[in-house]
Amino acid sequence: MAKGIRDKVAILGMGCSKFGERWDMNAEDLMVEAYVEALADAGIETKQIDAAWLATALEEQHVGKSAIPLAVALRLPYIPVTRVENYCASGTEAFRGAVYAVASGAADIALALGVEKLKDTGYGGLPQRGRGTLNNMTWPNASAPGSFAQLAAAYRAKHSSSPADLKRAMGHISVKSHDNGAKNPKAHLRNRITLDTVLNAPMVAEPLGLYDCCGVSDGSACAIVTTPDIAKGLGKRDVITVKALQLAVSNGTEAQHNSWDGSYFATTRIASKRAYQEAGIEKPRETLNLIEVHDCFSVTELVTMEDLHISEEGSAINDVLDGFYDADGPLPCQIDGGLKCFGHPIGASGLRMIYELYLQMQGRAGERQRREPPAIGLTHNLGGFPHQNVCSISIVGRYDA
Amino acid sequence: MTFGVLAYGAYIPRLRLSRRSVAEANAWLNPALKAQGKGERAICNWDEDAVTMAVEAARDALIGRDRASITSLRFASTTFPFLDRLNAGLVVKALRLSDEIAAVDVAATQRAGTSALADALSRSGETLVVAAEKRPAKAASPIEMSTGDGAASFLVGEGEPVARLLASVTSAVDFVDHYRTIESEYDYQWEERWIRDAGYLPIVPPAIARCLEAAKMTPADVTSFCMPAVLPRLANTIAKAARIPDAAVRDNLHASCGETGAAHPLLMLVAALEDAKPGDRILLVGFGQGADALLFEVLPAINRQPARLGVKGHLARRRPEENYSKFLAFNDMVEIERGMRAEADKLTPLSALWRNADTVTSFMGGKCAKCGTLQFPKSRICVNPNCNGIDTQEPEPFADKIGRINSYTADRLTYSPNPPACYGMIQFEDGGRWMMDFTDIDEADLTVGRAMKMMFRIKDIDTQRGFRRYFWKAAPAAGGRD
Repeated sequence: MAKGIRDKVAILGMGCSKFGERWDMNAEDLMVEAYVEALADAGIETKQIDAAWLATALEEQHVGKSAIPLAVALRLPYIPVTRVENYCASGTEAFRGAVYAVASGAADIALALGVEKLKDTGYGGLPQRGRGTLNNMTWPNASAPGSFAQLAAAYRAKHSSSPADLKRAMGHISVKSHDNGAKNPKAHLRNRITLDTVLNAPMVAEPLGLYDCCGVSDGSACAIVTTPDIAKGLGKRDVITVKALQLAVSNGTEAQHNSWDGSYFATTRIASKRAYQEAGIEKPRETLNLIEVHDCFSVTELVTMEDLHISEEGSAINDVLDGFYDADGPLPCQIDGGLKCFGHPIGASGLRMIYELYLQMQGRAGERQRREPPAIGLTHNLGGFPHQNVCSISIVGRYDA
Repeated sequence: MTFGVLAYGAYIPRLRLSRRSVAEANAWLNPALKAQGKGERAICNWDEDAVTMAVEAARDALIGRDRASITSLRFASTTFPFLDRLNAGLVVKALRLSDEIAAVDVAATQRAGTSALADALSRSGETLVVAAEKRPAKAASPIEMSTGDGAASFLVGEGEPVARLLASVTSAVDFVDHYRTIESEYDYQWEERWIRDAGYLPIVPPAIARCLEAAKMTPADVTSFCMPAVLPRLANTIAKAARIPDAAVRDNLHASCGETGAAHPLLMLVAALEDAKPGDRILLVGFGQGADALLFEVLPAINRQPARLGVKGHLARRRPEENYSKFLAFNDMVEIERGMRAEADKLTPLSALWRNADTVTSFMGGKCAKCGTLQFPKSRICVNPNCNGIDTQEPEPFADKIGRINSYTADRLTYSPNPPACYGMIQFEDGGRWMMDFTDIDEADLTVGRAMKMMFRIKDIDTQRGFRRYFWKAAPAAGGRD
């Protein structure tokens, strides 16, 4: 295996807009909101940025194609700017571009920014997406909840889990995220709920009810990265570095070959293994201090706990119900509210997750700060459908961790 | 080798609208409908039309038969979805018939079905005849009550026929009892008593007499009389005028299905064959601007036919529907709020459709010659991770395979003309899988492992460009919950 990215790149500064229904903001305004915070945090000026990456997934809903919208909004001085799109992994994909640029020596300082302005459609839920000419002819008119609900059906069938137990664990996940989101001033949804709220909510796609689905939000998040040496030179103490960046992309095996049973994410299992190897982590359950995963739906979070090799296969329900992933548990998951409550502006989500790890590691997470600042954490994005998706994993931690 | 009817099949949509629900909704306007509020009529699901029903009826007829020997196709209907596109050509592609076939649409009269069958019986070679109808009807009209949607199919040629033609006659009389034109969406119909007295009675019995004479038979020789006529007892009156025994008059399927237009005589003939024994003589009549009369003799092969759904099986594959408003919505008879998600452009890329017709219309996948893996769609590189052979796949038809539900959902968020949208991963027993739409299924029937058959259906309707795209969907293999 290649040597990997471990400790070659440091996070110099980060910013994140408030997520939510930002009726008064254009995507460009949201970009600037995240950027201004990141720039101040990094302590640099725009002209010091050598290259930039923009992540948007549903650009037809807001900024349109190309990287030009980022260059214009931030008035970037004719530097290389690239736009990336890889479903819900887009934000982490932009981060990967910036990190690789620094690691290669092509750039000293690089910027990754993700943005999504989803609330200009006139209806609730994720906007309809184009799928390609040929796919339109054979794919069901699948919604995101409809696609992810199937995970629950296959998971139940495989593990003979009772629908009630599974639904209760899914409910616990949503209650936890609402508790966590309530403590986060930038979160979209800040109300606390009870298990009954989840169980009695209207059904969207069985067994996913309204409260099993994440928020659809406007928002932006931004990272500025450099080398650990430059970061130190700029006066940074407590340097946070990138330990691993991995991506696994479905190749049609799950969709077309009968070797996949539908109950797990083949990509997540592979990407996380590679990421642990890149980061030098042997026992993720013991080593990781904080995780932010792609909880687009409660069942996604539950299954992902197994695919990240943290919960044993078939035992995520127990871990969840035992509070293992609660904010005060051994390994908090979505301490910032997650996609569920912080919100899910698609292109920004991966960067928002890294932002939370970065804040927590520096002890800057306010009311939701872990007492012992985490030393090493993982973020996970999952774009697409259970049977065909893009999974991105990042592991970041203190430079000395 | 004998020339005759080699096989028969039928298709009746699973949904049956109770006529009571129609009467209750409309009796305020037309109290006479109350008296007609009995029994039920077959209605198409939102994703069915004359083409999809024709394909299913033909598949029913062709069970256990080699399709390679079929040289002609006659598709009869007065409700073709396309006015200028060979509807029969679409059926050819969906059935994976040879593209050197002589395919013709037969249209414009209620006897299009019988005329197509008579034409097939007058030719050499093997002809597949399909007739399908989904007649439009104004709300609260008598025709809305009397009609039903359905299709029938016959294979005609040399072999071991289940029935042979003894004689057939036809006549062309421009008697206009009802009409539909390019200017009008719906039928305009004259008084029923006039149709009976000035139409059926002067036109049909003479045609029957000519037919029997040509066959050197007497009216008493007729054991089954298939006379599609909506008016109560009209078939019996015609039988009496033609001196055919009243006991020979076949039920017109009004109570369970409704009058399926150009397909109806053929549907009645399928029902008659299902009850027939060798030696029976079946007289079939089609009426519409003249009459066709065909006399058949049933042959011993009738007792050696592979199992099929036919009329009986399709009537049993039934889901009652009491919701008249749903019927109106399915047929675009009411401007219903479908939500903003329905605004998505359904697109009509004709060039891409043509390029991918094997995949989309014929449901052809691939079989890797190197590792044997079945896969859909067929692709340049084998999907088997242990093979990935390049250009190793042979065409493999998936349409007649049984698959099983691997995962499923009932989606209430996405737009569907018949929510919830049910879809999921279908896994085929001998290999291959696809995430696909389900149809003709109730939410309660969604279970992992359920056996599903493939049905040719409307995939999307592009309202902006007046086009409809078809694809295959999964439906329960052994009926629904009922």
